[in-house]
Amino acid sequence: MTELMPAEGVFSLIWVLIALPLVGAAILLLGGRRTNKWGPYLAILTVSAAAVIGVLMLLGMMQDSAEQRTYGQTLFTWVFAGSFQADMAFQLDQLSICFVLLITIVGALIHVYSLGYMEHDENKRKFFGMLNLFVAAMLLLVLANNYLLLYVGWEGVGLASYLLISFWQHKDSAAQAGKKAFIINRVGDVGLSLAIMLLFVTFGTVSFQDVFGAADKASEGTLTAIGLLLLLAACGKSAQFPLQAWLLDAMEGPTPVSALIHAATMVTAGVYLIVRSNVIFTAAEWAAVAVICVGLITMWMGAIIGSAKDDIKKSLAGSTMSQIGYMITAAGLGPIGYVFAIFHLLMHGIFKAGLFLGAGSVMHGMKDNVNMRRYGALRALMVLTSTTFIICYLAIIGIPPFDGFFSKDDIIHASFERSPIIGILAMLAAGLTGFYMTRMVAMTFFGKARWEDDVHPHESPKVMTIPLVILAIGATIGGMSLVYWGNIESWLEPVVGIKTVELPLPSWVYELTTLVLVLIGAGFAWLTYARREVPVEAPHGNLLTRAAREELYGNHVNDALVVAPSFWLSRVLVWFDNKAVDGFVNGSAAFVGGLSGRMRRYQTGFARSYALSMVGGAVLVVLALVLVRVS
Amino acid sequence: MNPSNYVVLSALLFSIGTIGVLVRRNAIVVFMSVELMLNAANLAFVAFARMNGNLDGQVVAFFVMVVAASEVVVGLAIILTIFRTRRSASIDEPNLLKY
Repeated sequence: MTELMPAEGVFSLIWVLIALPLVGAAILLLGGRRTNKWGPYLAILTVSAAAVIGVLMLLGMMQDSAEQRTYGQTLFTWVFAGSFQADMAFQLDQLSICFVLLITIVGALIHVYSLGYMEHDENKRKFFGMLNLFVAAMLLLVLANNYLLLYVGWEGVGLASYLLISFWQHKDSAAQAGKKAFIINRVGDVGLSLAIMLLFVTFGTVSFQDVFGAADKASEGTLTAIGLLLLLAACGKSAQFPLQAWLLDAMEGPTPVSALIHAATMVTAGVYLIVRSNVIFTAAEWAAVAVICVGLITMWMGAIIGSAKDDIKKSLAGSTMSQIGYMITAAGLGPIGYVFAIFHLLMHGIFKAGLFLGAGSVMHGMKDNVNMRRYGALRALMVLTSTTFIICYLAIIGIPPFDGFFSKDDIIHASFERSPIIGILAMLAAGLTGFYMTRMVAMTFFGKARWEDDVHPHESPKVMTIPLVILAIGATIGGMSLVYWGNIESWLEPVVGIKTVELPLPSWVYELTTLVLVLIGAGFAWLTYARREVPVEAPHGNLLTRAAREELYGNHVNDALVVAPSFWLSRVLVWFDNKAVDGFVNGSAAFVGGLSGRMRRYQTGFARSYALSMVGGAVLVVLALVLVRVS
Repeated sequence: MNPSNYVVLSALLFSIGTIGVLVRRNAIVVFMSVELMLNAANLAFVAFARMNGNLDGQVVAFFVMVVAASEVVVGLAIILTIFRTRRSASIDEPNLLKY
């Protein structure tokens, strides 16, 4: 295992990374109305300061040699119970710094964007406080050096997600969506807590260094169980099949929330968990296979759902589900894929945040309408928004030289290294990605205007468009810089390991085929949605379209498998309480009443009958005495 | 004379008294039967005192007589009061203390 460097110099500020947004959240959420005026600016300041520290740490790391880039900092011993010990301790290495930069930089941009987006909201201060809380929890998640502290951050981001999805509490749909997200997440959390328990039972410790060092001493069955439980946790947090139903409903939250939490950062926590535990998954064959299956299923589910939704945010959510499916598949491929999973995660964080913020900008100009059937021909009126959106669109479908091309093609390449079936599925999904994203762009920015009567589309204020521009720049140069200028493969190799397998055909063949498939999908969508009239009322559609609109009946399955039995169980328990428990109590009362009703007939009032019972009793006593003496 | 014969006599007297209490309707007669039972008990005590050769039984007989006397006083007073109110000496009549 890599040795742990002491946290000196700029690295002694690791705890400050988490403390800054946490203090910001505390001040804003506990300070009350007094902080209303300057609250949002404080929130932006804390996250930006954390971003600056992150960049300084990256620069410091780049000067170290590759084996000495893991820094450990222990604050205090948190849990000390018998043989179990878990510290409040952090570990900053090449993997965590990628996440730290993604969270803080994209987070800071989204904070700035929210200044404009949430300007007229009276609960603005609380919003910024909760956003800060989210950033603090997510940083805790990626900086923790043991699974228990990671779990704290895990729960924290789940809490922040719940608070922010139901931010507009007065809307019933938002409140329901928050509950749904939290409850489904909880199922995943059970997986993580069981995994932690199993880790403790197997290894006696839950810190990363010790677990990964001793992983080869555990049996493969145990490691497979741990791997499957970690996969369950990742499914919950990253909205993978079968716990995917909450992500589309989570779009009820404000758009900055959808961008930060449900696109760039929180939903990638599952991928982080799997890649961080790469030692376990590499040793447990079957768990890795399960990861690949889950990733492939979700990749396709998300793409199919995204192709049929008319709500721009829900279509983007389907896209997020699909792209994370790519990352999870790559993580399941083992050492040939870990690096590319993280690479795609970083790239996706940038361009997906850009797409969501762009969608928010479009909604801002269309009076918060999300129905794409009511958009159209917005390119001329929203120049900056459409340009940045189209740049991020080119990045996500994988057109060179934009971001997605490098990361997605690496994943497809690695899939072929494992098995041609996985490779072909991933490649075809890229074609479908081209289709649904082009559909979105065509319906929104091109074609004829289908606006409602009182809508006057306009460009958003600079505080919203500047983050869009920065993200678009990132979507353009990010991929190239991480491959040619600083190589991400060699950066992450000490943490996750890397392996390549020779393929029968040269790589440019795969890249070209993918590109052709993407262009076919894009062309098909262009002809359908930009050249032809887009009906304002959604047409009935064929069976697959209707199924995709219903989110492939995911909610119906959940209702039938989980919700309906829970209601049935609670009805059974209520029946039991009413009939059996109340019956028992009321019955015993009735019994006593009946008994006393019979017994009181002895009080006849006749003195002679009392005398008779006394004589009878005396005779019995004498008989008993005589029998005792005789026997 | 065999003292155990007196114990048998006492038992007989006791049962006659019991039957009298259970069967007769007049309150005064019931009282007389109760007295008969008490006297039977007295007889048994004295007979056993003679059989054991000490005077414990005779002392208890004194106690019993005192108890019988005081009980008669109170009981007859109750019967007289009931008779004055109800004009009847039957013990079946006053049956108001019932369910």
